[in-house]
Amino acid sequence: MEIPIEYYLLLSAFMFIVGVVGVLTRRNAIIVFMSIELMLNSANLTMVAYSSFLGNSVGQLFVFFVMTVAAAEAAIGLAIIIAMFRNKKTLNIDEINILKW
Amino acid sequence: MSLQLVLFIVFGTVSAVSSVLMITRRDIVVSALFLILNLASLAGLYLILNAQFIAVVQVIIYAGAIMVLFLFVIMLLRPENEKKFLEANPSIKIFAFIIGAVIFLQLAYLIFFSGPDNLNNASVAASVKAGTIEEIGKQLYTNYILPFEAAGFLLLAATIGALVLAKKKFE
Repeated sequence: MEIPIEYYLLLSAFMFIVGVVGVLTRRNAIIVFMSIELMLNSANLTMVAYSSFLGNSVGQLFVFFVMTVAAAEAAIGLAIIIAMFRNKKTLNIDEINILKW
Repeated sequence: MSLQLVLFIVFGTVSAVSSVLMITRRDIVVSALFLILNLASLAGLYLILNAQFIAVVQVIIYAGAIMVLFLFVIMLLRPENEKKFLEANPSIKIFAFIIGAVIFLQLAYLIFFSGPDNLNNASVAASVKAGTIEEIGKQLYTNYILPFEAAGFLLLAATIGALVLAKKKFE
């Protein structure tokens, strides 16, 4: 454990911010979705780092559950994207505004 | 420089650069491939952190199953490429960068100045033991059996939901 934990946390924070900027700037629904996966992964890195530095396996257990939720989310989200593309013939989230008030 | 530090720098640089490239490339397939590179280098970081089980699961589930699903949908739909980055409505992008910088500075402040300062580092042996599949499985089937069952139910519901949503027509 010679690398300080701050390095891992900083890398994880950077990846999270890249995900946030991706969600805010990109207009393609699939890329927005992939940015969300990136944010989930950066949170996973934090949990694994703390779990390893504390010698406690519960953090890695939660990473396991986060992966389960991410898999379910990817399946449902991509199904929604397919259904959306079938109706509107576009993936641009500016044009998919049926629920916008 | 120890081997651990060198490996951390290599994998950390690859994951940071590939994440930036992922959100700036125009071609969506290239984006997806950079995300795969990012996830694979994260698996390397998990190995440095002695989390062997999570590293293997990361490669199998994320870089394998989830990204194959993404690439499958991208190839199926073939959406048109976006306009060049920073060309279409630049104001919202500047806004996004400001938001990102502010949140990053906040997080860096939290990490360096208000973290737990009495984090008593576990020994390497304890850290390796925490990452084995034996230890994780023991926790998973005793203390966390209810979340485990809930996760199984969630996956079942997600499978049925994806089938219903992607079906051609409701009858």
